[in-house]
Amino acid sequence: MSAAARIEAAQRPVLEMRHISKTFGPARALQDVSLTVNAGELHALMGENGAGKSTLMKVLSGAYRPDAGGEILIDGIPVATGDPIKARAQGIAVIYQELSLAPNLTVAQNIFLGNEPRRFGIVDRDQCNRRAGEIIERLGVSFSARALVSSLSLGERQLVEIARALSTSARIIVMDEPTTSLTSRETDRLFEVIATLKAQGIAIIYISHRMEEVYQLADRVSVLRDSGYVGTLERADLNASRLVSMMVGRDLSAFYKKDHRPPDSQRRVALSVRGMSDGALLKNCSFDLYHGEVLALAGLVGSGRTELARLIFGADRRTAGELKLDGKPLAIASPREALDAGIAYLTEDRKELGLFLDMSIADNINMGVLAKDARAGGFRDFTVADRRAAKAIADLSIRARSAQANAGSLSGGNQQKVLLARLLETEPKVVILDEPTRGVDVGAKSEIYRLIDSLAGKGIAILMISSELPEVIGVADRVMVMRDGAIAGEVTASEGKPLRQEEIMELATGADQR
Amino acid sequence: MTDGSMVTKAADQAAVRSRRLRTAFAALGMLPVLILLAVGFQFINPRFLTGTNLLIVTQQSSINIVLAAGMTFVILTGGIDLSVGSILAASAMVAVLVSLVPDLGMLGIPAGILMGLGFGVINGLLVAYIRLPPFIVTLGSLTAVRGVARLLGEDTTVFNSDLPFDFIGNGSLLGIPWLVIIALTVVVLSWLVLKRTVLGTWIYAVGGNAEAARLTGIKVPLVLLFVYGVSGLLAGLGGVMSAARLYAANGLQLGQSYELDAIAAVILGGTSFVGGVGSIWGTLIGGLIIAVLSNGLILAGVSDIWQYIIKGLVIIVAVALDRYRLQAGART
Repeated sequence: MSAAARIEAAQRPVLEMRHISKTFGPARALQDVSLTVNAGELHALMGENGAGKSTLMKVLSGAYRPDAGGEILIDGIPVATGDPIKARAQGIAVIYQELSLAPNLTVAQNIFLGNEPRRFGIVDRDQCNRRAGEIIERLGVSFSARALVSSLSLGERQLVEIARALSTSARIIVMDEPTTSLTSRETDRLFEVIATLKAQGIAIIYISHRMEEVYQLADRVSVLRDSGYVGTLERADLNASRLVSMMVGRDLSAFYKKDHRPPDSQRRVALSVRGMSDGALLKNCSFDLYHGEVLALAGLVGSGRTELARLIFGADRRTAGELKLDGKPLAIASPREALDAGIAYLTEDRKELGLFLDMSIADNINMGVLAKDARAGGFRDFTVADRRAAKAIADLSIRARSAQANAGSLSGGNQQKVLLARLLETEPKVVILDEPTRGVDVGAKSEIYRLIDSLAGKGIAILMISSELPEVIGVADRVMVMRDGAIAGEVTASEGKPLRQEEIMELATGADQR
Repeated sequence: MTDGSMVTKAADQAAVRSRRLRTAFAALGMLPVLILLAVGFQFINPRFLTGTNLLIVTQQSSINIVLAAGMTFVILTGGIDLSVGSILAASAMVAVLVSLVPDLGMLGIPAGILMGLGFGVINGLLVAYIRLPPFIVTLGSLTAVRGVARLLGEDTTVFNSDLPFDFIGNGSLLGIPWLVIIALTVVVLSWLVLKRTVLGTWIYAVGGNAEAARLTGIKVPLVLLFVYGVSGLLAGLGGVMSAARLYAANGLQLGQSYELDAIAAVILGGTSFVGGVGSIWGTLIGGLIIAVLSNGLILAGVSDIWQYIIKGLVIIVAVALDRYRLQAGART
């Protein structure tokens, strides 16, 4: 018996996903992906945003039905696909990034939501609390089953989600970026719980972008890229550069672009921000942004990065603070005034806050400059609009059937390029990009990096909010880190000392304070 | 194996067919329904498709189409204007009262229109700047303006048998009634504003995604003020048209539940209730469908009570079609 066969025999696959493909109209979200997960193992799933991880997990949870030919086996037996209720009954539980708890209910009520123990058709509250208590005890946590979820921290809420999964006798638990908004202590707590779950034979599929976590936890790592399966590494073979090249599919130095930056001696301040506060989260934020530089704004979710960007852009009201552009004071009270002054903002939530999904690509691109292009009497100049749209579509290589197609018909990456095109039509001097590559495919990502680089080359000042540290390090000249609504510090590269992820994380988590 | 692929192929074809059907619905709107109704009524009563009867139908629909044009602006922004019937009544009262002033009777026309514009602007200010929900604001003005209308005539009917602008309600130009000419002019002007001006594009943008519109630098409150102003102005025009037709106005009865017919016309025309999608041509067809229904049901000898029931059902079916159409438009 070979060594591999022995391991095979010892580790029983609890879940097999075979030849899973998923298409949405013309778009292929998954292409022939197979994944085997053993009982009691933590199987990390990695890949860039848009690589297909979430789609694969939605197929597993029954939210999506795979295309014909794909099958899911549990304990070697094929099971129904495309049915969330059956998937849960078969022991599959997914804990999403956005927690799905009702904050106004107790821990026990949330754990049994939709699945309440009943007696005579009435919810049996005592049994509910007792059984919830037992499950919580198994996790070794400190809060009570009767506590209101609104009184719990984010980390504790995540544990409630896990408890909910256990209440349905889950054998496969999917965790999607579980540590994104946790403090380091909460993260440690979660890892202990994960170890307990593994010891009980529960398989965990763990989606994460954070290398350190994957190193610490994973028994095996599978990588997806561009909707396809790339490979699986055993724990012994884990190696950062190999993982990154599997995820990106090419050398990172070519992926990120950083050229034509002016030497430090010629730096001119573009935007000067002093003492910005919003009366709630943001406290006294000050910084300078230079022409031709890419300044990254890093920090954990909820640290106030988007809030600061919106305050500068005039989208929200500030209670204190001053802005100067090229030395001239600005009184910005609305996005219109910010745009008129030459400050443009790309939202992080392109569907909710950016695009007009039912309107044409051309209208979306022209929306910011309609008044400027208008003819006498407020009539639209469609010749100019079409010309602008055609040029933007060519310049940003937006892939669309026609400029008159609805923006909603585009893929995530092309939608993002449409928003970038709209922003560039306003000819800004300062560009604030909020998570510019969120949810876009790898190809569009590198195009967006190239665009950012060329804008900086033209002397435009760029403030880029990003949660992806490799992106921050690859794209930015300088990194400013926020924590708890204030600017925690700055990380700069210098000769022979490149930007380091660890330094940024220390500032973001407050580890530098300890 | 062969069986399996056959089944998939058939399923694929069915999917393609159903998608085509839905796309056709979205593109053609309700025009086929209008034609089908007309043919059906002609079948029941051969008098339906005669020149005289069609003139009556268009004439009867003209006031509703004018109101519905204004309503289209409002609903395109995701709002609603429940007050148009009351505003129509108040404007008609003013138009008749001013027409009684010796030698200046023609001023009844601008007086009625301005009255409507005034109320529309008040609605707009409350929605745009005080940020009250449109439903609540216009529900309030539905009641309050009705009161104003009654107050204007001291709760009586005002007459002017010698109305100086009665040609609007009863005259024709080259055989086409003035009411129809006005309604068509309003539709064409609305189309120009909605599809050919910057403001029109902004209206669609605000309805499609108000927050995105604000972040794009569009002055959302101004756009909202405009659409409620237009709705009020056109309700005022509708009041003048009513007064001109009747030589009289009654603050209590005139325009009762007109807002519902106007909303029904807009929704029948395929304008989405959540805003951002729709066209004025759809509204024109929607208004004609309602008029054809009323007229056809009378010609078919259907009782008044059943007319209500049938019209109500048609509106519900229309909203169901609206959903179906939205699904056709949605992707992913």
